[in-house]
Amino acid sequence: MAKKQLVETTINGEPVEFLCEPRQSLLESLRDILGLTGSKEGCLTGDCGACTVLVDDRPVCSCLMLGVEARGKKITTVEGLAEGTKLHPLQQKFLEDASLQCGICTPGFLMSAKSLLDRNPNPTEAEIRYALAGNLCRCTGYDKIVRAVMDAAKVIQAR
Amino acid sequence: MAEEATQEFRVIGTRPVRHDGVDKVTGRAKYGADYAFPDMLHGKILRSPHAHAIIKSINVDRALRLPGVKAVLTGEDLPELPDKAEPIGEVPTNLRHTALNILARGKVLYDGHPVAAVAATSPHIAEEALSLIEVEYEVLAPVMNVHEAMAPDAPILHPERRTKESPDKPTNVASHIQFKGGNLEEGFKQADYIVERQFETQMVHQGYIEPHNALAVYNPDGHATVYTSTQSPFEARQLTALVAGMPEGELKVVPAEIGGGFGGKLVIYMEPLALLLSKKTGHPVKFVMSRSEVLRATGPTSGSSIKVKIGASKDGKLTAAQVWLAYEAGAFPGSPVGAGCMTAISCYEVPNFLIDGYDVLVNKPKTAAYRAPGATNAAFAVETVLDELAEKCGVDPIDFRINNGVKAGSPRPFGPPYKRIGFIETCRALKNSDHYKSKLHGRNRGRGVAFGVWFHAGGQSSAVVNVHNDGTASVVTGSVDIGGSRASMAMIAAEVLGLQASDVRPMVADTDSIGYTAMTGGSRTTHSTGAAVYEAARDAVRQLKDRAARLWQIKPEDVDFVDGKLISKNNGVPPMTIKELAAKFGRTGGPVSGRAGVSARGGVGTFAGCCVDVEVDPETGKVQILRATVAQEAGKAIHPSYVEGQMQGGTAQGLGWALNEEYVYDTRGNLRNTGFLDYRMPTCLDLPLIETVVVEVPSPDNPLGIRGVGEVSIVPPPAAVANAIYRATGVRMQELPMSPPRLLKAMKNK
Repeated sequence: MAKKQLVETTINGEPVEFLCEPRQSLLESLRDILGLTGSKEGCLTGDCGACTVLVDDRPVCSCLMLGVEARGKKITTVEGLAEGTKLHPLQQKFLEDASLQCGICTPGFLMSAKSLLDRNPNPTEAEIRYALAGNLCRCTGYDKIVRAVMDAAKVIQAR
Repeated sequence: MAEEATQEFRVIGTRPVRHDGVDKVTGRAKYGADYAFPDMLHGKILRSPHAHAIIKSINVDRALRLPGVKAVLTGEDLPELPDKAEPIGEVPTNLRHTALNILARGKVLYDGHPVAAVAATSPHIAEEALSLIEVEYEVLAPVMNVHEAMAPDAPILHPERRTKESPDKPTNVASHIQFKGGNLEEGFKQADYIVERQFETQMVHQGYIEPHNALAVYNPDGHATVYTSTQSPFEARQLTALVAGMPEGELKVVPAEIGGGFGGKLVIYMEPLALLLSKKTGHPVKFVMSRSEVLRATGPTSGSSIKVKIGASKDGKLTAAQVWLAYEAGAFPGSPVGAGCMTAISCYEVPNFLIDGYDVLVNKPKTAAYRAPGATNAAFAVETVLDELAEKCGVDPIDFRINNGVKAGSPRPFGPPYKRIGFIETCRALKNSDHYKSKLHGRNRGRGVAFGVWFHAGGQSSAVVNVHNDGTASVVTGSVDIGGSRASMAMIAAEVLGLQASDVRPMVADTDSIGYTAMTGGSRTTHSTGAAVYEAARDAVRQLKDRAARLWQIKPEDVDFVDGKLISKNNGVPPMTIKELAAKFGRTGGPVSGRAGVSARGGVGTFAGCCVDVEVDPETGKVQILRATVAQEAGKAIHPSYVEGQMQGGTAQGLGWALNEEYVYDTRGNLRNTGFLDYRMPTCLDLPLIETVVVEVPSPDNPLGIRGVGEVSIVPPPAAVANAIYRATGVRMQELPMSPPRLLKAMKNK
């Protein structure tokens, strides 16, 4: 077993240091070392998107990135989406529009959708579907998820 | 009952934010894999690389010598259990099969069948240890579909098994079921048109995004706790205790938040292994499956072969139907072919019929329930044949179904006639939808419809409604919340108590903290546990009236309860709110806590119809879903958003089953698509918005008129898509999935 490595990074705006084995993924580091279990494991092959986090503002499957690769990067997880007790408009609309049933895919969808709205605050339905195509949901048929992203976009535009 | 169902509701039918929502959008909700203990070990499972083989020897010595490995289990470490059906909860379950599916003994029966389990200090070390376990196999020929399995000289999965039909000779046919009525021959003689077709479908998986998990903590005093994502904590407790050989009362199951199940998490896989390894090592032990383990060794529902022959008279009346269904059980008996038989023609009045169902053993994973299990396969076959007949009769396909559709009093192929149902209403709702009334233009495009029927299970449920000192309440049930049921339970309690939905906190309790409650499955939760919540809330109201009567020194029957206020019928005291009364609980007899245990009646007959528009690419055979509408009977929709959600989700799964999803095995019996890249479920880009029409025909089996809505929407889509493809291309598809290569081939052979 290779020696553990010290990783200095920024997670949800805070400087963080952690020790991980070189073989541990960023997802495993977040969940098992740092206790940030909001990012979910659905496949470990980058196919389901449940582990999506933002790395320097880009959506990444954290199961496909090593923990040591977080060095010097800015990581945002679902735990960093709300500002204090103020939910992000996406979180609020997911609740109001009943966009989750079991909720296991929700953190990944929120992060992919945040990345989309940060880049494009006025997306079409097709653009939303394209941006979320890497996230699988088995409960909802995506209808209420797509509607929530459209509704959140309206809130963000009105600000 | 019906008059109650048509009453005006204050909370029921509104769309409040679900109570557990914030935890789930902030990442705080704890799913099974999110539980951890500081001194916890990690478990991994060694699985068979062969579909059918005898285990000649297992040597675990090298694995045990790897630093960090604490214990290894093989099949010999599990107690031997009787080969007969025992009632687990309310479902007869063969314990020997359950145990052998958890850890093989003597023989492996499918690719992925567990052979050994390891506990180590990290998941990576446990994984390394698997490669150090030496297993010697004698490989046998596998049987990979019902035709191979039913052939006269087929290799036999369970040579020791005998059945009623085959008392002397081993067979892969685990059981045969038959329903018949009328005179089949006479019925076909009366027909002007007869359509006879054969259909083939492949195994498909539930596809829940959260893999199975189990964490066990065995204490030195013999008590143990299992944390797991399960749809059925009480059944999981009973089965885990039996398979691990410990008294049920010593075990507590804590149901974690569950990341989807669709029937697949009614089964235990790793709970007893975690428990026995925890007992062996003295540490908590946690298992989490990988996605390939989930696909290779859990879940799927049956692939099937179905023959359908239906006759109709010129005026569009069905005269006779013969249906032959053979479903893959997987490696142990228990396909849903019975439900296939029970639903196949149950939307229609067919005077003469013969239905035969066969449960067939094959070298594939033991099948588990999947949303309306058995019904989708049968409906794909029957509903495409009906489409052909409607065309021959020159009748609109929905009118054809209305002409033959079941209503209250219609006979069923089994059991008593239908009570109040809403099939005709569902047909009319789909016919009147914007979608069906619209015109579809363009080349290579077509529209199809299909319908389906399912049940909602009854059974036992417990509920407690606590009224707190500030006048708010909490509702505690044992029903795992898989899709928003906490909100529905809180709404039912709020309705009865005259509170707002937000004044009631719903909670899902562990198996020590609430009375027995059967599974979250069979579309039973809102119907059965909802009935328990309704009764528990009424019990609380009775107690509130009692307290007010004491304060006012009148009889309890002289107290009315209206809109959350206690009103004296016979003296001039002003009405009192629950909040005002709650502040006086201490002086009137202590806390108020309503409780109820119900054994709910199951309901038969909840219906759905689906309309889809497709466009077929003639060069590639790819089918694009342009528009989809689902109409479904809900009895009374408690939280309409979550009813729509069930309808949309089931429709999406049905569309995936129709177009892309299938288990692909090679000739040696190894599963070739063990990840989400190749097991191709619908993505956001594959689907349109899914339009919903909720039809409310109250159920006579529930005090609020509720019908279970969780399952039936998956049933119609494969047939609806096949019928749409026919109108787009002229090709009748008789195989699932209707994937590009299959459709392209069919179009070329037209």
